[in-house]
Amino acid sequence: MRLPDLIRFARDAAGGAPLRTGLLVLAMSIGVAAVVILTALGDGARRYVMNEFSSLGSNLVIVLPGRSQTGGFNPGNAVTSTPRDLTIADAQALLRAPAVRRLAPLVVGTSEISFGGRLRQVMVAGTTAEYIEVRSLKLAQGRFLAHGDWGRGVAEAVIGARIRDELFGVEPALGRLVRIGDRRFRVVGVMAASGQGLGMNTDELVIVPAALAQAMFNTNTLFRILVEATGREAIEPAKRQIAEIVRLRHDGEEDVTVITQDAVLATFDRLLGTLTLGVAGIAAISLAVAGILVMNVMLVSVTQRTAEIGLLKALGASAGTIRTAFLAEAAMLSLAGALLGYGLGQAGAAIIRQLYPAFPAWPPDWAVIAGLATALLTGILFGVLPARRAARLDPVQALSRR
Amino acid sequence: MTAAASAPLIALAGIERVFRLGDSEVHALRRVDIDIAAGEYVAIMGPSGSGKSTLLNLLGLLDRPDAGTYRLAGRDVTTLSADEQARVRSERIGFVFQSFHLVPRLSAAENIALPMTLAGIAPAERAARVAQALRDYGLENRADHRPDQLSGGQRQRVAIARATIMQPAVILADEPTGNLDRATGDEVVRLLETLNAQGVTLIVVTHDAALGGRARRQLRMEDGSLQHDSARA
Ligand SMILES: Nc1ncnc2c1ncn2[C@@H]1O[C@H](COP(=O)(O)OP(=O)(O)OP(=O)(O)O)[C@@H](O)[C@H]1O
Ligand SMILES: [Mg+2]
Repeated sequence: MRLPDLIRFARDAAGGAPLRTGLLVLAMSIGVAAVVILTALGDGARRYVMNEFSSLGSNLVIVLPGRSQTGGFNPGNAVTSTPRDLTIADAQALLRAPAVRRLAPLVVGTSEISFGGRLRQVMVAGTTAEYIEVRSLKLAQGRFLAHGDWGRGVAEAVIGARIRDELFGVEPALGRLVRIGDRRFRVVGVMAASGQGLGMNTDELVIVPAALAQAMFNTNTLFRILVEATGREAIEPAKRQIAEIVRLRHDGEEDVTVITQDAVLATFDRLLGTLTLGVAGIAAISLAVAGILVMNVMLVSVTQRTAEIGLLKALGASAGTIRTAFLAEAAMLSLAGALLGYGLGQAGAAIIRQLYPAFPAWPPDWAVIAGLATALLTGILFGVLPARRAARLDPVQALSRR
Repeated sequence: MTAAASAPLIALAGIERVFRLGDSEVHALRRVDIDIAAGEYVAIMGPSGSGKSTLLNLLGLLDRPDAGTYRLAGRDVTTLSADEQARVRSERIGFVFQSFHLVPRLSAAENIALPMTLAGIAPAERAARVAQALRDYGLENRADHRPDQLSGGQRQRVAIARATIMQPAVILADEPTGNLDRATGDEVVRLLETLNAQGVTLIVVTHDAALGGRARRQLRMEDGSLQHDSARA
């Protein structure tokens, strides 16, 4: 049989049982769509996190109180009990390290902000003037915290775009006095809207001087010190120098963890990459299920077309021709299902991107290719048994059946 | 028996066919010897269950005998592999069935073309031969109709066109008029006889004595044995 004839024959045979064919194509397409959408979600999450961390700032080294045993970054022990306070004085001492360009201490807590009778819960970040440069952030209005003595601080606040909108609406915010906790702060600046942000979204953040935040939350310790190294190659020296300075200041004890952005990125990359793979595996199970469906549908097809198979044999078709015809049909149905599923999956991913513009839900190429290939392969693999059964039918008995 | 100058087209010698159903055995064919020359018109008759269809299936290489040899055009075809037998069916044998056996989803033209499609004949050649066949069998304006849109007689004409499209040496027909009324049946028989007149060997299984009587040679089966052969009477 010629290839175009084979394809037409298989197509007509599939078209002859639209319900059966439709169900099969649907099952296969759901499997492939699941692979595409789930991996788009998984890989989207990975890219999203990567983006977020990259946007933290460049050549960033992060110091956190408490010792992490593994040395690598582990979200589980990122928050550990602190044996010794990591203080503003420690932060200032780090400026002596030659590989450090600038740094900003960070104190974090939640409080309430109120203005003109409006009140809301906010995340408060206590830091210094350097913070905006270390994190490469942008201002929308006014100015950032003033330079000055890190141990004191003026009662000034820089607020996030969202806070501004909620508290002030269309009124001007600059120069107004707001109450944060039980203190009054003057609003000196508004951060540019970022639309996204991991952990600490500046849109809903209120930034005040570190010393005032420490007083507000009644603590001496810092949440983090964000250090910017002098260059990419200075990251490792900066890490060593920071550890050494803190060790000397803390009586020889290594009670802080120094991590680099690269380490964080690598860990998240690995973690979320594995997640995507796992999700793809789960989705692939639905493809296997679709494969079993292909087999059953084709077996039913063989049974229902027994007389036709007998006829084809009587008309001179060899067992090989009949096998090929049934395999071609299984392959075509799988291919149609795979392509439909690919379209559905891409559409689904596009809808997710539409709904959550910040979330890069693009299915990775490897997942798409693997999904399509698995669909075709399972379709053909599970088509072999029915095709062989068809080819082995005894023509006399097949013909006598109607 | 007249001495045949050349070897017969079909030569069956000592053919046995036994069906085993559990413990019981059914001798569908017992020591059947038949020679049929090229161009003959043979009717196979006999009561129900006498082995007529079994014999026809063997002649059409759809079934294998348990003993005996079958030579087709001088070549022993009983020992051929399944694929080689398929080739022989494709090139030399045309079937016409009582229940037509058309593929329901294919048009009349596609049904007629099916043996050529299976054999891998080029589309242009196929189209030409199908067009000729449609004309020959008066089906020109039925080419695109599917079997369920055709009358019984038209269906059997499509089936005959399909059986002849590969220009086989032998046409095997099992009760070709069994599902047709007398007038349409006669029309179908005349078509088959025209083919025979053109040199095709025609072997028809029938219950109908009148139809059997039109053949130049009658074979009478009984309980799996060849009871009577008008050529040897
Ligand atoms: N596949 C089979 N398995 C078992 N027995 C069979 C099989 N095919 C045929 N037979 C038996 O072989 C015998 C001959 O059957 P066959 O079909 O050749 O009869 P027939 O002469 O064509 O009858 P009819 O005129 O009713 O078509 C019957 O007894 C039948 O029951
Ligand atoms: Mg019969």
